[in-house]
Amino acid sequence: MKVIKIDKKKWAEGLNKLRAAYQLIGPVKKDTYHDFQVLDKDQLPDFDFLNTRMSPKSIAFPQSEVMLQYSLDEAKEDHHIMKEVQKDASPRAVFGIRPCDAKALMLVKLNFDTSDYKDPYWIQAYEASTLIGMACDNPSSTCFCTSTGCGPYNEEGLDVLMVDIGDHYLAKIISKKGEELLEKAGWKTSADDPSLIEKKKSQSEAKITSAVETKNLKDKTILDLYEAPFWEDISFSCLNCGTCTYVCPTCWCFDIQDEAHGKKGVRMRNWDSCMFPLFTLHTTGHNPRETKVHRVRQRFMHKLKYFMDKYDKGIMCVGCGRCIRLCPVNIDIRTVCDKMNNFKASC
Amino acid sequence: MINPYVPYPVRIDDIQIATEDKSLKTFKFVFLNKSDEEKFAYKAGQFAELSIPGKGEIPIGIASSPVEKGFVMFTVFKAGVVTSHLHNMKVGDIMGIRGPLGNWYPWDILEGKNIFIIGGGFAFTTLRSSIVYMLDPANRKKFGTIDVVYGARTPGMLLYKDELIAWGKRDDIRMHLTIDREAPDWKYHVGMGPNIAEKVGPKGDDNTYAIACGPPIMIKFTLPVLEKLGFSHDHIILSLENRMKCGIGMCGRCNIGKELVCKDGPVFTLAEINQTPREY
Ligand SMILES: Cc1cc2nc3c(=O)[nH]c(=O)nc-3n(C[C@H](O)[C@H](O)[C@H](O)COP(=O)(O)OP(=O)(O)OC[C@H]3O[C@@H](n4cnc5c(N)ncnc54)[C@H](O)[C@@H]3O)c2cc1C
Ligand code: SF4
Ligand code: FES
Repeated sequence: MKVIKIDKKKWAEGLNKLRAAYQLIGPVKKDTYHDFQVLDKDQLPDFDFLNTRMSPKSIAFPQSEVMLQYSLDEAKEDHHIMKEVQKDASPRAVFGIRPCDAKALMLVKLNFDTSDYKDPYWIQAYEASTLIGMACDNPSSTCFCTSTGCGPYNEEGLDVLMVDIGDHYLAKIISKKGEELLEKAGWKTSADDPSLIEKKKSQSEAKITSAVETKNLKDKTILDLYEAPFWEDISFSCLNCGTCTYVCPTCWCFDIQDEAHGKKGVRMRNWDSCMFPLFTLHTTGHNPRETKVHRVRQRFMHKLKYFMDKYDKGIMCVGCGRCIRLCPVNIDIRTVCDKMNNFKASC
Repeated sequence: MINPYVPYPVRIDDIQIATEDKSLKTFKFVFLNKSDEEKFAYKAGQFAELSIPGKGEIPIGIASSPVEKGFVMFTVFKAGVVTSHLHNMKVGDIMGIRGPLGNWYPWDILEGKNIFIIGGGFAFTTLRSSIVYMLDPANRKKFGTIDVVYGARTPGMLLYKDELIAWGKRDDIRMHLTIDREAPDWKYHVGMGPNIAEKVGPKGDDNTYAIACGPPIMIKFTLPVLEKLGFSHDHIILSLENRMKCGIGMCGRCNIGKELVCKDGPVFTLAEINQTPREY
């Protein structure tokens, strides 16, 4: 595949050319952390981070978004008739997305783009996006992507993979969408030594020493794992704060709520979390996931077992390590995964 | 791309109080656009999201039957925000219906079989849909014997009473109505549904399927009775309820293990349910 060399001196110029055709989105430093946002005129993405605090899942799945709108004014002919809100489907270019987060979008796609139903909001936003990844050369101690079917130079889900070589970037074209973007930016010089990418890739992969073992998960039954004795222990210190699910690039659960002001109303969707008791509370007061043991078990069983059994695409975790870094009580998915993988049901 | 979140606009065509304590009402809706009725083609056992702009959506079993045309019908218990609002709405009001959603009773498998229906309280809605479907002149010969045990606290709490009584007079369906305690002028059974089911139920065999819908406590006492009658777990069919939002398998809240109650269900055999965590 073609590799382009982008001189860092030509970087801002190329981005400025792209602004005519794309909305630019990229990581920006905020206080002590980085997050993705729409870049202002002349603003450049800042690549000086290990990973962003929040994942970029919100490019296709905003934390809050309007789905439908309606009028409650009976004088209007179409009152109480709900209508789809037209969304901006114009092209956007997302810079600096990590390979793990791009792979996560592919996993989330399995939920929103199915043979039975298509979620138009997610699909439109996803298809409008060109993803320009930035390979990781300094993985952090909580990164375990090499054992989740991903990796610091993984290309799945990306349109271009960029590698930082010092005074220039190497940009590996992965898709047609990516090729078009590079052309529009005027970055055309072929790289003299594309094999540098492979070299740097092995170096980076070697730096990742943290791993999970998942190969036995498939053979265990859902009920054996569900009834395993360790859930009480694992969930003991959990606060059910939901941080892990909000920062997770593969968590997709949402709530739907109506909001009406005066005679106008909208139907919204908002991120939700299986960590919250209200998530499953029946109107009768009965709650099938009544205790935090139930809820913590649901999160890990969904990621590491239900998803695997349902789609046969590995675990629903890319090893970004956000939930490990940000959990206030240090609950670690790697430990849980190992416990599940090593579990032997006593018959 | 079809947007699965947009409801079909409907008008409330009729509202009837369904039980003597007024906690349940039956609503008939007609589609504002005639062509939506065809798009809403459903099978007995499915549900829909009743969608009230400004209030929200609720999953409700479809009580009308595929063989009834020109309207769709739901019977709703007044429980919380959306159901209470619906109970206060009037004939002529506009709202939305999204669906049909979920799977249905396995009609392809049930054809040629004897059917034993056990219903309790207000969970009789999709069972009504099923009975009307099976009794339709075009369909009745496709099924063997039909036995129905339906119980409620008092005679006034039985849904669709006129129809129940009319079915009781037919010779191609055996109706076994029951109430918890004696009541004046009550000519049918007295006692809890599961106990009556044990007395009158058909023997379970390869050619006989049981469909049970009711409050959790009724289901709990009905399952051992069905086992005693000889029904194997893959011949016992249940319909589950969980809190729902999207109804199309995307919002992630209604799962039992890897199955989503809204999309892979709500109808499951007991054999299937036995393979999943009991989170319903
Ligand atoms: C498959 C299926 C079939 C069903 N069939 C029937 C039937 O035929 N007849 C029947 O009567 N019932 C049926 N039910 C049950 C019915 O869906 C519930 O009784 C109904 O959803 C209650 O809605 P409510 O708004 O009145 O209750 P509430 O408890 O007030 O709330 C329900 C909804 O309101 C919103 N809400 C309320 N409080 C909050 C909060 N604090 N935070 C966030 N959101 C909130 C949410 O959107 C929530 O989903 C069925 C359920 C299922 C799953
Ligand atoms: S971040 Fe930690 S404490 Fe908070 S819900 Fe997740 S596991 Fe529990
Ligand atoms: S209700 Fe949304 S997944 Fe079932």
